[in-house]
Amino acid sequence: MKSAVIVFPGSNCDRDMASAIELVSGHKPAMVWHRDTELPEGVDLIALPGGFSYGDYLRSGAMASRSPVMEAVGRAAQRGAYVLAVCNGFQVATESGLLPGALMRNAGIHFVCRDVALTVENTQSAFTNHYTKNERIIVPVAHHDGNYFADDATLDRLEGEGRVAFRYAEAVNGSARNIAGILSENGRVLGMMPHPERAVEAAHGNTDGRRVFEGLVEALMAVA
Amino acid sequence: MKARVYVTLKGGVLDPQGKAIHHALEGLGFAGVNDVRAGKMIELDLADGTSDADIDAMCSKLLANTVIENYRIEKLG
Repeated sequence: MKSAVIVFPGSNCDRDMASAIELVSGHKPAMVWHRDTELPEGVDLIALPGGFSYGDYLRSGAMASRSPVMEAVGRAAQRGAYVLAVCNGFQVATESGLLPGALMRNAGIHFVCRDVALTVENTQSAFTNHYTKNERIIVPVAHHDGNYFADDATLDRLEGEGRVAFRYAEAVNGSARNIAGILSENGRVLGMMPHPERAVEAAHGNTDGRRVFEGLVEALMAVA
Repeated sequence: MKARVYVTLKGGVLDPQGKAIHHALEGLGFAGVNDVRAGKMIELDLADGTSDADIDAMCSKLLANTVIENYRIEKLG
């Protein structure tokens, strides 16, 4: 497998993401700067990391989603590459149209930084097939704009197509239908506000996020 | 020429910042504020002859996220 982590000015989870991918896959991802217009040849996993790209100016993820590299990410996603978009990466993914909906200011206004319980809703995707349906897992969140919004028709479609990957087991940020993570139509783009890369090794005190990477690696090794 | 773009949340979209402002106004003792909605105003200094279609494209491609926001363009001449 060949992976890349996109680095925007203001990304701050890029190295955590790279370290999680390397830990689970044994392969070091390429770190790709936002001004680049091409991804390394043959990349089959792209990670959009957390952080505060462009200082969250205008809207979280708005400027980053118009970066030159995002056109290359869009092309790669179209040809079936996997995209793991976490936190600010999820905001970038919705702003760029890779995923539907928008992430708004948390309903309670406060920045939320703590471990939260999630239920796994979809176990069919490469990101989630190492979990069991309705399994409860703990993954940390750290965000100000995680309040998922989409119109009712879009929410119904996401639910009907089994594209809600994770749901908060408790109210965290006002997200519509407690949605914490969603999948693209082809199941190869996952956007989620919680940080699985912060729960992958014993030193993190929790490894509930690790299976996101294990499922991905398994799917990608099978192809290679 | 200058144009102002007013970006506002669509009706029905929760506005936590507006709620906080509302709460603060009440805290200051202002009675009779029924609701507060916060938005933003972006002022553009444009080359003369910039077309309306271009200004509109600036709004729909970047300045507003039309999933949650509306925009209104005001040309200042």
